Amino acid sequence: MSKNNKNEVVMSVKNLTKIFKSGIFNPEYTTAVKDVSFDIEKGKIISLIGESGSGKTTVGKLILKLINPSSGQIIYKGQDIAEITDKKDTQKYYRRVQGIFQDPFATFNPLYRVDRVFDMIFDSYELGFSDKDEAIRKVLHDVNLNPDRTLGKFPHQLSGGQLQRLLIARALLMDVDILIADELISMLDASTRIGVLNLLVESCKKNGMAVIFITHDLNLGYYISDQSLIMYKGRLVERGATKKIYENSTHPYTKMLFEAVPEIGDRWDPEEEFLPEQVVGEVKDFYQNNQGRGFVEVEKGHSVLFSDE
Amino acid sequence: MSENILEVKNLRAYYNILKGQVKAVDDITFNLKKGEILGLAGESGCGKSTLASSFISRKKPLEYVSGEVDLVGHEIMKMDEAEFKKLRLKTISIIPQYALDAFSPTKKIRTFIKDLAHQHGIKTDRAFMEKVEERLDLVNLDKSVLNRYSIELSGGMKQRVVMVISTILDPDFIIADEITSALDVSSQRFVATMLANLRDLEIIKSAIFITHDLSILYQIADRIMIMYAGNFAEIAPTDEIVARPRHPYTRALINSLPKVGIQYHDKRLSGIEGTPPHLLNIGDGCRFRDRCPYAIEKCEETPIREKVADNHYVSCWRWQELGSDLNVEE
Amino acid sequence: MLTEFWKKHENLYYALTNKKVIFGLTIVIFVFLLAVFGPMLTPYEYGDYAGEGYMPPSSQHFFGTTIDGKDVFTRTVYGLRSTLLVGVIAGTIATLVGCAVGFLAGYYGGTLFDELLMMMTNIFVVIPQLALLIVIAAFLEVRGVVVMAVIVSITAWPWTARAVRSQTLSLKNQEYVSLSKISSLNVGRILREDIASNMFSYVFMVFIQQFNGTMLATVQLEFLGLGPTKGISLGLVMQNAVNWNGIQLGMWWWAIIPGLILAVLITALYFINTGLDAAFNPRLREM
Repeated sequence: MSKNNKNEVVMSVKNLTKIFKSGIFNPEYTTAVKDVSFDIEKGKIISLIGESGSGKTTVGKLILKLINPSSGQIIYKGQDIAEITDKKDTQKYYRRVQGIFQDPFATFNPLYRVDRVFDMIFDSYELGFSDKDEAIRKVLHDVNLNPDRTLGKFPHQLSGGQLQRLLIARALLMDVDILIADELISMLDASTRIGVLNLLVESCKKNGMAVIFITHDLNLGYYISDQSLIMYKGRLVERGATKKIYENSTHPYTKMLFEAVPEIGDRWDPEEEFLPEQVVGEVKDFYQNNQGRGFVEVEKGHSVLFSDE
Repeated sequence: MSENILEVKNLRAYYNILKGQVKAVDDITFNLKKGEILGLAGESGCGKSTLASSFISRKKPLEYVSGEVDLVGHEIMKMDEAEFKKLRLKTISIIPQYALDAFSPTKKIRTFIKDLAHQHGIKTDRAFMEKVEERLDLVNLDKSVLNRYSIELSGGMKQRVVMVISTILDPDFIIADEITSALDVSSQRFVATMLANLRDLEIIKSAIFITHDLSILYQIADRIMIMYAGNFAEIAPTDEIVARPRHPYTRALINSLPKVGIQYHDKRLSGIEGTPPHLLNIGDGCRFRDRCPYAIEKCEETPIREKVADNHYVSCWRWQELGSDLNVEE
Repeated sequence: MLTEFWKKHENLYYALTNKKVIFGLTIVIFVFLLAVFGPMLTPYEYGDYAGEGYMPPSSQHFFGTTIDGKDVFTRTVYGLRSTLLVGVIAGTIATLVGCAVGFLAGYYGGTLFDELLMMMTNIFVVIPQLALLIVIAAFLEVRGVVVMAVIVSITAWPWTARAVRSQTLSLKNQEYVSLSKISSLNVGRILREDIASNMFSYVFMVFIQQFNGTMLATVQLEFLGLGPTKGISLGLVMQNAVNWNGIQLGMWWWAIIPGLILAVLITALYFINTGLDAAFNPRLREM
């Protein structure tokens, strides 16, 4: 791979905003995502880290075109994906951009055998395999699944880890550019988690697939990603190389996350009074003190939201 | 051993279903000292929640099979339901899993608390409500939450309300079942620390903290017990078990935990291949043997619980020869 | 050949080999056969004077006779015919309308279209059922079985619509629907395979309830004298029995046998429902 290719941007998210409207006659508006921008590079893993209500899942759904943005753009191959409305073009888009969702058991229709997830993509896309069965068996071996013990089974007969591996296999078969992995492993046990994560990183490195790893778990995000995005209340508050964000976290919310995350070998300070509500005030003060600064690069490849106007 | 709040000896509790027996809690022995928080960890289906429910309710299909459970002098397994009910909240209490969903959306928190108290035969007079407010203050909730509906509270706030209710009668022993797993990182820390605070303030005398997350246990537990597939694997003081785990499963669990500061490029963590066995009509032998890199023929026999050091016990045939070096991998 | 056929129609195989389905289906078929062929087994007409009154079941009068000497078996099988007809027609209309409205509203959930559909539904929900039925029934001079069925179904569908809407809303937000979308499945297949098939058991249950409910509603109307202007129904048979104090007079056969047939039929339908549920849901199949 040439040096230029190394930082090839495959997708640019620009000022993405999503406001949900509920009710017709007396609508209420909720801003789920506000003014989020980032680039996705080929073969890189980006962690999108946030707690519930941060808007991280919404960003994933927007990229997967499962919902439409209120404003802002998602540029893929020079085109704003909002302009892709034609059935054929949508199909072309999904041929290259795929997702895996949080709950493996909910991602499989319980009435069908697990093979259906492969059948669907072979029905819809020209994947370029001469032998479908052989291709599936091969990719299942790649994700450490025994085809004979997985194919032909119903979802409830397999474990969550096996189901998520099947979905990774599905993405590998499609050889996608971008994979959105939304809380891919949050339903899995600690001992199976790492296996799935390692697999994800390996396939990403091997196939040049970019992964957006959406998670609430800082440790996991740190473990696998090159870049990190920290989201808080719909805003992207810190963005940059994972190591830099960790070593030099600036936004009060990011700091709080690092303080709160439990780790073996590093005990929380019992003297320190830690209140989850406190961060709301801290963020407010932080924005007030830095009024007018907005989203600023503090060092090369590391930006922080200083004020939210 | 009068300082023990809880003594469990060879407890077995099985689920009786049509196809046979699910040996969800099989030969568990441990004790809980006064003032202690015991962490109970394991994968889903390892029997950790079943162990808790075997203390609290013995409703079908879960059936108590054998063993003794002594809770501050009460042989609770031999008690009938009516007798046992008197112990609830005062002697034994539980902060249940999914407690967050337990709130009725149409009731104010105050009504909810009062109803619950009535169910347990507690008078909800002014003194009681004052105590509730005091405790809410302790968990950093304003007493105005009493007049709010559950949908207005965040998950962390609801969990704190549940904690207040469960501990309102200063129980000797409390079971905290996955109380942090549905919460955000920030609330997680607060709720976990709160449990330790309640113990420090002697509002609760002892607790079992059940979770799949070892790193939270490391933060607040005095001792940690590891279960695997319904069996006892290992128990030891927290620092000891983390530094010198003896059971291959404990070791693998600790090895599989990512930490901030460790990246995939620097150090590749490894998980455990395979899945836990089905507990239905399971036979003898170490239940971890199919996934254990160190399994030998001897492991076809059920390992016995052996003493490693003070307060440190393990059930593994090979604990002595394997040593405890975390970095050894086969 | 045959195994090949079963392999393709796996669900049918599981359905037809399910004990509950077999049991329920047997009863349902029997009851329907009774309604179809029963009238041929009896020499009387339902209004005929057939012999002595007050007679308990015998080989002459299978279900005994009424106080005025009408043959209960004859009345029951004729009544069964029209009651089943009302139940099937009204149940089908109510289920179809309810499902269509609910499904559309749910699929377009949150839009103006949904809002309008639901507004209409809610108006029908708050109209007092019996009052509307009385008004409509009173205005129509000749009321046949089909007209009865339509009248009853008008008030029966809204609840189904509401329930189906919420089912659709929750199903369409399932992650497997999202997976189908990003697998570029067309809308028809998503509706069929992901939504409709997961709702099938529910819809069948709804149908049974509608069948049940509309039959009861018909009986209510008949009780008020607003039933079919001609003919007989199970409701009328039972109402007659009650009016003549049949039970107090010890004539259990008069009211209880027709009632029992209804009860058995509904139970059998529930059996089929749970059986089908088990057959179509792979998870339940193993239990």
